[in-house]
Amino acid sequence: MLIAIFSAIESGFIYALMALGVYLSFRILDFPDLTVDGSFVTGGAVAAISIVNGVPPVLATFYALIAGFIAGIITGVLNTKGKINPLLSGILMMIALYSINLRIMGKPNIALLNESTVFNQIEGFWAKLGIDEFLNSILTALGADRLPGTWAVLIIMILVTIVVKFVIDYFLKTEVGLALRATGDNEKMIRSLSANTDNMKIIGLGISNGLVALSGAFVAQNDGFTDVSVGIGMIVIGLASVIIGEAIFGTKTIARATLAVIAGAVLYRIVLTLALRVKFLDTGDAKLITASLVIIALVAPKIIERQKEASRKRKKRAMLAEGGGADNA
Amino acid sequence: MLDVQNLSITFNEGTLDEKKALQHINLHMKKGDFVTVIGSNGAGKSTLMNMISGSLKPDIGHVKINEKDVTMLPEYKRSQYIGRVFQDPMAGTAPTMTIEENLAMAYARNKKRGLRIGVNKKRKQMFRENLERINLGLENRLNAKVGLLSGGERQALSLLMATFTEPNILLLDEHTAALDPARAELITKLTGEVVEQFGLTTLMVTHNMQQALDLGNRLIMMDKGQIILEVSGEEKKALTIEKLLHEFQRIRGKQMESDRAVLG
Repeated sequence: MLIAIFSAIESGFIYALMALGVYLSFRILDFPDLTVDGSFVTGGAVAAISIVNGVPPVLATFYALIAGFIAGIITGVLNTKGKINPLLSGILMMIALYSINLRIMGKPNIALLNESTVFNQIEGFWAKLGIDEFLNSILTALGADRLPGTWAVLIIMILVTIVVKFVIDYFLKTEVGLALRATGDNEKMIRSLSANTDNMKIIGLGISNGLVALSGAFVAQNDGFTDVSVGIGMIVIGLASVIIGEAIFGTKTIARATLAVIAGAVLYRIVLTLALRVKFLDTGDAKLITASLVIIALVAPKIIERQKEASRKRKKRAMLAEGGGADNA
Repeated sequence: MLDVQNLSITFNEGTLDEKKALQHINLHMKKGDFVTVIGSNGAGKSTLMNMISGSLKPDIGHVKINEKDVTMLPEYKRSQYIGRVFQDPMAGTAPTMTIEENLAMAYARNKKRGLRIGVNKKRKQMFRENLERINLGLENRLNAKVGLLSGGERQALSLLMATFTEPNILLLDEHTAALDPARAELITKLTGEVVEQFGLTTLMVTHNMQQALDLGNRLIMMDKGQIILEVSGEEKKALTIEKLLHEFQRIRGKQMESDRAVLG
């Protein structure tokens, strides 16, 4: 159980990068970008094929980021210059990427089991620090019987995610960042303030898909393999993270919203892990569970709000009825 | 400052719905000119506005700002020179962003946007001083999201955003039409003040004849895509609504359609 939750949190932080990318397109640009399903795989494919061909893992991961960025830019160009509707631009790019990803990998899947990855490269150095022993001793003291193999992946991914979060927070406060946000909020207005909204969308989608591909590259390296079909439904997982995070942790400021997205990504993984432990459900049901989670996260706040409102009105009427009775008496 | 030469456009040319929206419009505005534009629906007022702002391109003719031909310049590039306030109070501001962020975006209009932080201490102070001038207490709500403001407050903020960078041209497109009378009066008063303070070259479309008479040093009346009357200076000061209606009847030989033209 502990190990299952541990690895859920671990992958939560890896997928958080993807969720942040989805947040940028879906929330900031108000652009439902389905490219994500393809660009996530592109990230894994580029990283895997580079590593297999001897590129240092950090550089391979960077290549993945660039590949995702380019994919996003193409979606943006299709939408802004080709005047294709946002949803369709994303779908077209997603389908095109399926073939492109196959071309990149040369075969439907690549194993990285005996290759060096960013994670196992760091683990050698990590072991000497003694952090694992320290954290595991705490867990033992707390009564855990089985312990995680290494904390390196989790802690590195937390650091990477936090850095990315702060970079996004900063960027969205710069002059360009403000114009980018306004493009999703009131396009007509920001165009009248001399911002090139086409470029804003293209850049925004580039960054978004860059993050998605980066996440894909980390996932491939952590799993030790990548497959051309791992991206199916990725956009929904991203949305689940964004929507769950926002519903629970709020969106008052940008910094709060990005934190909520990361927390949402982790929470999603934990909920999914727990759900899959139910006897009746098996791994094939993961996507059904994901879809259900999104639906619950979308519908539940509205029902709660409606009930609060109804109970407020009921109370008010009850009070008035009492007060009115007193007046008559 | 603003030169409009022989501007013409026909919509749906060659079909039954053909509409000559603008026919050979010529308009020259000197620096500091404040021109009010009136006319009934379909007279071409908004089309003229959109053509100057660049959201529409003319069939023939030229638009020049400061001697520079901007006829084919895309809207976003041209808006470095042009401040605009729209009719819809929701249109001029970004609702999920704060007051100071909105002002920061307006501040960046005539500059190149970079990776500097949009709202720094110095700018914040400047935004606060500017907000104090419109007297709505917004200077104390710099971090409030604009979506929380009332229509009148949003329009006042839009007006400030359009003007405080002192654009070459200010375009006001029926910017008080969607407000209640009290708010409309406030915005009209603010408009007069900021235009005078910065000496802005202003073109204002309005359906309110009284407003067209009260504001500005020149007035033009449009009908069927043409300018049919131009009044300025002392002559404009002496103008009344009755005289305007009479003029229209004399020129066009028919009653002005008063469906939306607010007479007083």
